[in-house]
Amino acid sequence: MPNAERSPQVALFVTCLVDMFRPEIGFASINLLQQAGCTVAVPERQTCCGQPAFNSGDRSSTRDIARQTIEAFDGYEYVVGPSGSCIGMLHHYPELFETSDPWHARALDLKARAFEITSFLVDVLKFSAVQSEFNGQISYHDSCAGLRELGIKQQPRTLLGAVTGLQLNEMDESETCCGFGGTFCVKYPEISNRMVENKTANTAATGAGTLVGGDLGCLLNMAGKLKRQGHDIQTRHVVEILAGTAGLAAIAEPASGRHAKPDSSEAARPAAGTAAKLCAGEPDSARFDLAKQL
Amino acid sequence: MQITSPSFKQNARIALKDASLQKALGNLKAGFPVKRAQAVARLPEFDALRDEARDLKNHILENLDIYLEQFESKVQQQGGHVHWCRSSDDACKTILDICRQVDAKTVTKGKSMVSEEINLNDYLEKNGVTPVETDLGEYILQLRGDHPSHIIAPAIHLNLEDVSEAFHQHHHRPKSDDPAVLMREAREMLRKQFVAADVGITGANFLVAETGSTLIVTNEGNGDLTQTLPKTHIVITSIEKVVPTLEDMTLFLRLLARSATGQEFTVYNTLSSGPRRDGDQDGPENFHVVLVDNGRSDMMGGELQDMLRCIRCSACMNHCPVYGAVGGHSYGWVYPGPMGSVLTPQMIGIDKAALLPNASTFCGKCESVCPVHIPLPKLMRHWREKEFEQHLSPRAVRVGIGGWAFFAKRPTLYRWLSRGSNLALRLLGGKKGRIHRLPLGGGWTDGRDMPAPSGKTFMQQWQAQQREQQHPRQEKKS
Amino acid sequence: MSKAEILNNIRRGLKRGEASASQRAAVMARLDARADNLIPRRAQLPQPEQVALFKTMALEAAAELIELDSIEQAPAAIAQWLEQHQIPELVCASDPALQALDWSALGDIARTQRVAQSGDLASLTGSFAGIAETGTLMLYSGATSPTTLNFLPDNHLVILHESRIVGVYEEAWKRLRSATDGAMPRTVNLITGPSRSADIEQKLQMGAHGPRTLVILLIKN
Repeated sequence: MPNAERSPQVALFVTCLVDMFRPEIGFASINLLQQAGCTVAVPERQTCCGQPAFNSGDRSSTRDIARQTIEAFDGYEYVVGPSGSCIGMLHHYPELFETSDPWHARALDLKARAFEITSFLVDVLKFSAVQSEFNGQISYHDSCAGLRELGIKQQPRTLLGAVTGLQLNEMDESETCCGFGGTFCVKYPEISNRMVENKTANTAATGAGTLVGGDLGCLLNMAGKLKRQGHDIQTRHVVEILAGTAGLAAIAEPASGRHAKPDSSEAARPAAGTAAKLCAGEPDSARFDLAKQL
Repeated sequence: MQITSPSFKQNARIALKDASLQKALGNLKAGFPVKRAQAVARLPEFDALRDEARDLKNHILENLDIYLEQFESKVQQQGGHVHWCRSSDDACKTILDICRQVDAKTVTKGKSMVSEEINLNDYLEKNGVTPVETDLGEYILQLRGDHPSHIIAPAIHLNLEDVSEAFHQHHHRPKSDDPAVLMREAREMLRKQFVAADVGITGANFLVAETGSTLIVTNEGNGDLTQTLPKTHIVITSIEKVVPTLEDMTLFLRLLARSATGQEFTVYNTLSSGPRRDGDQDGPENFHVVLVDNGRSDMMGGELQDMLRCIRCSACMNHCPVYGAVGGHSYGWVYPGPMGSVLTPQMIGIDKAALLPNASTFCGKCESVCPVHIPLPKLMRHWREKEFEQHLSPRAVRVGIGGWAFFAKRPTLYRWLSRGSNLALRLLGGKKGRIHRLPLGGGWTDGRDMPAPSGKTFMQQWQAQQREQQHPRQEKKS
Repeated sequence: MSKAEILNNIRRGLKRGEASASQRAAVMARLDARADNLIPRRAQLPQPEQVALFKTMALEAAAELIELDSIEQAPAAIAQWLEQHQIPELVCASDPALQALDWSALGDIARTQRVAQSGDLASLTGSFAGIAETGTLMLYSGATSPTTLNFLPDNHLVILHESRIVGVYEEAWKRLRSATDGAMPRTVNLITGPSRSADIEQKLQMGAHGPRTLVILLIKN
């Protein structure tokens, strides 16, 4: 555990989807990082990783955004984000620049510091003692970029294994794409829809009440399909479960239901003592009080 | 065959609603990927073999001209002929010339994707030579006037009823829905053709430079009858198939069947080296190898060179969720799935094929099962870049990406844009927390709801929190 | 002309002209070395275990196996198999080793020596090697071993001596090169089980175009 001498200085890469659609994931990430002894900052000049431009073949815009992101996260010991896809994109940055370009070295430097959150906690910090409780059955979708670009498979399961009361029901084809694919889901909505249908069917077959994953894009897609199909299955990011904020409304659910669904077995709360861990430090370091969110 | 790649979206839409096709595609999903996984699990060295295969292919490509010349000279030493063909046209003409030299009326054919690529059957028919496909799947397709939808299981888009009906119509036999009976029927019908053919045309999985041999891999034995019985054997193949030695070929064979069908080894692996020898009692008297380029040498030296490692195992399409949803015909040309999405733009032009490399979520499954580690997503992205550079991308994409990138490069403006969008989406979501129909939603809400933001943007909330923590008293007063 | 165009285009991609003498020599040396690549451990076994592995893998590939103590027992075993399957004829390779046997056990079963023809029910051939790794037979064409016998008849009976079983393909290639003095026979067949197809609905059916049955007569040393 790194809190012996000095806490790791982490810049949170919020990611554009979390910023726009699900701030809870950002706050839960901060909470987890603090539980693990980190000092967390949120650099103000971050926007999006540039993946939509990269995957649409617009190299020039991608390069511009990459340069900006590299600068936004300059000087931080670690850059951690709640998304395998966006962190995976940061890992693509070196490909964008000729090796002779000084930006190439800076991109390599960022790549070496950039981690998806579950991988950062387990692989870098060797932290898995999350203090959280979740009384219910979940199933886990392995998002593609995290799984195949960053090798994230066991890390979230290790962390979820430490959550009191949680039962993981693995689904068939948990490693098969949900059909989100960034711009793919708007370019080819019918194909995307078929793929997410397979995913929701596999999810429903597990009997789990909550579908959990590590990438908000996939989660928006799957939650949207589950709701359209009328399934009584909640969808959450893995950090929400780990930080004990699964008492909040799930993705695509009414804010009025800001408490757990009536079935109390799905209720979740942070274990005592984890909520108000404060950090002093730089002006923009995290002072996240979980109680405020609840 | 007619190219329909430009209408990939319509093709896919129709395919998704085609219940019979969807049933057939279900067989694929339950078959090849499961069997491959079992075969891989039985061979602990599988991944190490993949690494060696990638490195060996790279070595071959760096020395491709030398290996091809060496192969040619060995074939010639054994009394065979090698024909170098730059284009599809060259290859078709060369094959027709050989057929005419021996006054051929009918030719039997083993399965060859290169022959599909050059549209050989149509060409031969137009010129008075009748091609007879002998691979069971290809034979079914020929009866139906259909084309392969998969590179190793050509009739995978069909169901038993389709085969049953085609045989009933063409064989004039009572209709049967027993696959065993249907296969016996095909065996009986084709037996006559094997014996009667003047020329046999097969493809090749590998060309061995050391020995001047061509290798075919089949489970049915049709390729062997095709190349052994007629007086003339023509091998139609492409330049990237050359390997140095028998030992090198062996490295790829250990990967090919396992990656393709999940078999330990394909039933028949047959090496052909020149025409029949003095004293031989059977085998062809003439042996020709038609080496097709057709755009492959243009792939040398660039990013696409990696694609020339492909050994045509089909693992990429077998594991592709997009292929699994829409089938091979949707891709609109000869090579479907991820490998096709890389090859087709090269061979028919990115202007016609741009929708194919876009039809991927970049889930990376294809690359993860490729026996020679071809970075298929990266190569599909290469074509998207070409498309973008050549201003071929749809206007909506260019405008959308351009507008979004404008803001993404300007953090302050970006904050305002995200706040505004966040608010608009929350209003649209109302109390339900999700949006049932989103104008300009790009089809998202046709099949699923769009979750609405759960609150203000993270940055808004975060900054508010920061302000409050720095000035808690003022905050309380206000 | 096409040849020059293709080769030049390849070289353009490789950003070089014709290969240098040293590059060419390196390639020729690689060809001459015929070096092994990675060989899986599965079949790197003492010979008796290779024989056992061969049997397991051949059976898994749906071959039939008849084990005999000596080659002299082959005619009677073949006669019995043909009678069981009500096959009244056998087409034989003109292999001297097969010719030398006493075929009186065949009784009324007609034995002819020729290449295969359409409609033949059963053939008998020798084999050059058995490869334990996947239960694969290696046969090659020659004056006394026509290829059609391996493919046209409905049933293919093959004699394999246990001593000819090797572990891996690489070992078989080495034996082939030494048997033929480095010259490639017109055809080399690697055969693993009988013919099959799954082209109709991905359901495996045996006996597509090649033999429906592959019978390996395995002769102990």
